[in-house]
Amino acid sequence: MTEPVLSAKNLTKRYGKVTALDHCDFELYPGEILAVIGDNGAGKSTLIKALSGAVTADEGEIYIEGRQVQFTSPNDGRVAGIETVYQTLAMSPALSITDNMFMGREIRKKGFMGKYLRQLDRAAMEDFARQKLSDLGLMTIQNISQPVETLSGGQRQGVAVARAAAFGSKVIILDEPTAALGVKESRRVLELIQDVKKRGIPIILISHNMPHVFELADRIHVHRLGRRLCVIDPKKYSMSDAVAFMTGAKEPDEPRAA
Amino acid sequence: MSHDDSYEDVVKTRREESFAAFESGGKGLLHKVHDLLHGNPALVPLIVLLVSIVVFGLLLGSRFFSPFALTLILQQVQIVGIVAAAQSLIILTAGIDLSVGAITVISSVVMGQFAFRYGIPPSISVICGLAFGTLCGALNGLLVSKMKLPPFIVTLGTWQIILASNYLYSRNETIRSQEIEASAPILQFMGTRFEIFGAVFTIGVVFMILLMLCLAWALKNTAWGRHVYAIGDDADAAALSGVNVHRTLMSVYMLGGLICGFAGWALIGRLGSVSPTSAYEANIESITAVVIGGISLFGGRGSILGALFGALIVGVFSLGLRLLGADAQWTYFFIGVLIIVAVAVDQWIRKVSA
Repeated sequence: MTEPVLSAKNLTKRYGKVTALDHCDFELYPGEILAVIGDNGAGKSTLIKALSGAVTADEGEIYIEGRQVQFTSPNDGRVAGIETVYQTLAMSPALSITDNMFMGREIRKKGFMGKYLRQLDRAAMEDFARQKLSDLGLMTIQNISQPVETLSGGQRQGVAVARAAAFGSKVIILDEPTAALGVKESRRVLELIQDVKKRGIPIILISHNMPHVFELADRIHVHRLGRRLCVIDPKKYSMSDAVAFMTGAKEPDEPRAA
Repeated sequence: MSHDDSYEDVVKTRREESFAAFESGGKGLLHKVHDLLHGNPALVPLIVLLVSIVVFGLLLGSRFFSPFALTLILQQVQIVGIVAAAQSLIILTAGIDLSVGAITVISSVVMGQFAFRYGIPPSISVICGLAFGTLCGALNGLLVSKMKLPPFIVTLGTWQIILASNYLYSRNETIRSQEIEASAPILQFMGTRFEIFGAVFTIGVVFMILLMLCLAWALKNTAWGRHVYAIGDDADAAALSGVNVHRTLMSVYMLGGLICGFAGWALIGRLGSVSPTSAYEANIESITAVVIGGISLFGGRGSILGALFGALIVGVFSLGLRLLGADAQWTYFFIGVLIIVAVAVDQWIRKVSA
């Protein structure tokens, strides 16, 4: 089998007496969409936060393309090429689309103004943002400098996905991308995810929505009680099987890993 | 069997339904005004400022509407204006600083006492005063950013601590103007006057205006400025999208302290003397200027130039009403009204769809 793009061994994270991750393993292979499902409190969010650098695991190792990495902040993950779209989207509503896309990695002007006065190169950033949004078919954005708060939920999600797709060179993590959206808006975001996949970037998708998971995922990582219960192939199992594994109503008949 | 129920099939065909098209225009006048104000939050205080100048000018004629009187306002608001610059930065990060007045006084006292009690060269004393202001700001910053204490509580505490230290350290002594003039004139440098066609300016006034312009530029055009706004908007989101929240907050509080140090220097220029009992109300006055200037107390919104306009509005009202012979309480009365109106306008602007 090919080498995983992103993998983790024995990840453990405790919050006081609560063990959110209990020696959890994880693998993501090139070009795939891996769904992570699990009941509330199973530790999905902690898992993806550990993978993206937003939390640091107490034990265990994370590897990117076989090389071990240590993340202590979300920025470490980003530098390594892992972009995350958080459920809360992590955007500043009062700032513009461009400002949000470049938050924390702004482009400075060349020459004196940029080097000594640290002036931002707004034109370059706007061009880039416009380019990325239209790459993903996010239509004719007339005013790239309008504040994010003036956008609808689906548009914000679109901008967040475009931000991740623009900068994520290795892995994109999507946490509940359709949870807050209407049916049509979700549909559009799912198409967006497939567009991103076609560019060859592997995606980790966390979702509660079984039809969406079964439609998009190549493999499904079932998370239960802080660890990986099994990885299933959506073509071989039904949604009710997946729910049964996830809630503990049914035990997987094969050993871990699919 | 992967699709037990394909209830979403009806919406699967991709229809160009302008999913993310951004409409603009074609709205009523109120909408246009709303959009304009949303984009330019300093516009409201600017209009209020200009209208109040015109009204007082019509009522008082040349007694008010003269270069001398108008620049007198600038001199009267310079301390509050400089402090309001520091306050604006902190409020933009969704904080508040009650200790700015205390930092201002103690910086001026440090400058004076270092020069007169220890005989340190006056120019070095000024640098020590500025450094001390920065240090006070750093203390606030550490408590807010590292200890995660609410800024209101932190600065409520440091306000008392710094003000008490100020009285204890200075032994409540005032250093008289003549002494400063004779042996340490650099302490009064910010009070240096110059006249252009009857308009009287001081270095302190020029400093206030330049400071505001520089900060306004930096907030708009540097990554640091964008980060200040992002933290005020939503600190967790900013941290997740890669902003170093701790470093940015520290820089804001330390810069705030440094600016208060400069305000302390300007205070000596304005009074001529070093008095440990002056400027202690600058905290409330600066918050007033910031609020009237349209900067949101909830952080992340507003323009720092608004705070300058806010300070000037207060100055125009107090001079105008004094020249009209009104009781000084009327000034406070109208300032109170303005504060409430400003916050109401802020709430309206915040709403995305009016």
